[in-house]
Amino acid sequence: MMPYFSKTRVDRDRHPVPPFLRGWVLPVVLVLLWWLAAHLHWSDSPLLVPPGKVWDTALQQVASGELVRALAASLRRDLIGLVIGVSAGLMFGIAFGLSRLFEKMIGPTFHTLKQISLFAWIPLLSVWFGLGDAAKVAFLSLAAFFPVVLNTFEGIRSVPGELIEAARVLKLTRRQWLTKLVLPAAAPSILAGIHLALVYAWLATLGAEYLLVSGQGIGNTMIDGRELFLMDLVIFGVIVVGLVGFALNWLAARIERRLLAWRGRSVAQF
Amino acid sequence: MARSSGTLTAAATVPATGHGDPAPSTYAAFFGRWVGTWLALPFPLGLLLLWAASSHFGWVAPQVLPSPQAVLSTFIELAQSGELWDNLWISLLRVLAGFGVGVAGGLLLGVAMGLSPLFKDYVYPFFKALSQVPVLGWLPLLMLLVGIDEALKIILIAKAALVPIAVNTYKGIENVPTRYVEVARVLQFSRWQLLWRVVFPAALPPVWNGVRYGFTHAWLALVVVELLASSEGLGYMIVFGRQLFQLDVVIAAVAVVGVVGYLGDQLLARIEVILLGWRRSGF
Repeated sequence: MMPYFSKTRVDRDRHPVPPFLRGWVLPVVLVLLWWLAAHLHWSDSPLLVPPGKVWDTALQQVASGELVRALAASLRRDLIGLVIGVSAGLMFGIAFGLSRLFEKMIGPTFHTLKQISLFAWIPLLSVWFGLGDAAKVAFLSLAAFFPVVLNTFEGIRSVPGELIEAARVLKLTRRQWLTKLVLPAAAPSILAGIHLALVYAWLATLGAEYLLVSGQGIGNTMIDGRELFLMDLVIFGVIVVGLVGFALNWLAARIERRLLAWRGRSVAQF
Repeated sequence: MARSSGTLTAAATVPATGHGDPAPSTYAAFFGRWVGTWLALPFPLGLLLLWAASSHFGWVAPQVLPSPQAVLSTFIELAQSGELWDNLWISLLRVLAGFGVGVAGGLLLGVAMGLSPLFKDYVYPFFKALSQVPVLGWLPLLMLLVGIDEALKIILIAKAALVPIAVNTYKGIENVPTRYVEVARVLQFSRWQLLWRVVFPAALPPVWNGVRYGFTHAWLALVVVELLASSEGLGYMIVFGRQLFQLDVVIAAVAVVGVVGYLGDQLLARIEVILLGWRRSGF
């Protein structure tokens, strides 16, 4: 990193814990403290469940199929909402990007609606779509829609002018122009938008399950756990939610890398 | 979508950096803006007309979609009775408290991770792992631990703001170009001068980006937590109106939520212009 902190750098190399283990120190210490606190009964609160109990709950949730059922319900909704939101977002984003007229006419309205805090939509959607899956999916689509529109628009508008000129020289048809030139050039930004949509949709999945309580899902599992004061179930839920968030992120990053791999190659040709 | 207000029009509002005479384009720009404003009107006006017509001719029940006039009169009523301002004030206090804690914590954590690789080695992986759990994932756990009082709201809002600020501060400091530091060395800056004259100013743009993201997230968290566990505030107004099927109250409160969120972001954008104004002189 920065050379002026030479003292720190020496410290860093000389430190007793090898670098790859350093990240584990804090969580291990915290879990140990937690275990000690539960083991030595530092508190009488029923909320202080030992780590072992969380582990047992986890095993039981997995073995009984509860976890799979809840996760499948959540992820299924997440996926449907994503597909709807991302496709609508792509269409709007491309229209905004290609047509200044469309941007001028619809853009300000879009921006105004975008200002509304995402979760404030839920009460309205629940009136319009009921309390079931339809409202949840509508909400998820909305969560995915906005980042995709914005990033697609930005990606298309920042396609370099030289590329557009090159297309003119090559006399590309309108269709070729869009699929061979504009969209590939805008791909990094579009994919970043889809990545964001994935993150927001997962957040929205949880929010929808908290606010529209009917049905199944990992969010419902956690809310039930809270109502029954089952700390072990709630902690397990937090861990699962974190793992799913991590997996979605990882997946998105992988897909981005794969889809954008051609960029590296094309530069290497020169 | 977090921090992107005005992106669609960004190209038009970016100040020109060249020193050329802007005169020839001013007239066209003015005319263009004038046409642009008019072009923006038909669509929302059409929507509004459709909305008014659908309630006027009874296409949809007023419980499902109240008429625009009803929403407007409810809004005026809520404003005159003071109910709106009371709830708005409570929400603002909450978001300010939570955001303040989040900014302070995020900056401290980010600066520590940015300046000390050793601290980063120990803390960053755990921080990263915890930030994989979205704000809402923590909610049931926190409800059990601290109840559903103010503490819950402040902690949740602070957490929402802290993560982007800490990450952006850390990355911002880490990405300060080495050549700046080399110049500072040549000039024999003290460590303190180096921090305040070189590192922090150079890291400011990404840091401020993080602060703006943080505010958007904080506002989002406020609305959620008020929808879920509150007996006052804008979010509560929405829930209350929803329960009584008074959608006019819901829509009025949702509109206020949107306006306040927008104004907050605009305020931070203005501050950004002031804070980063010095940068332009360099070019």
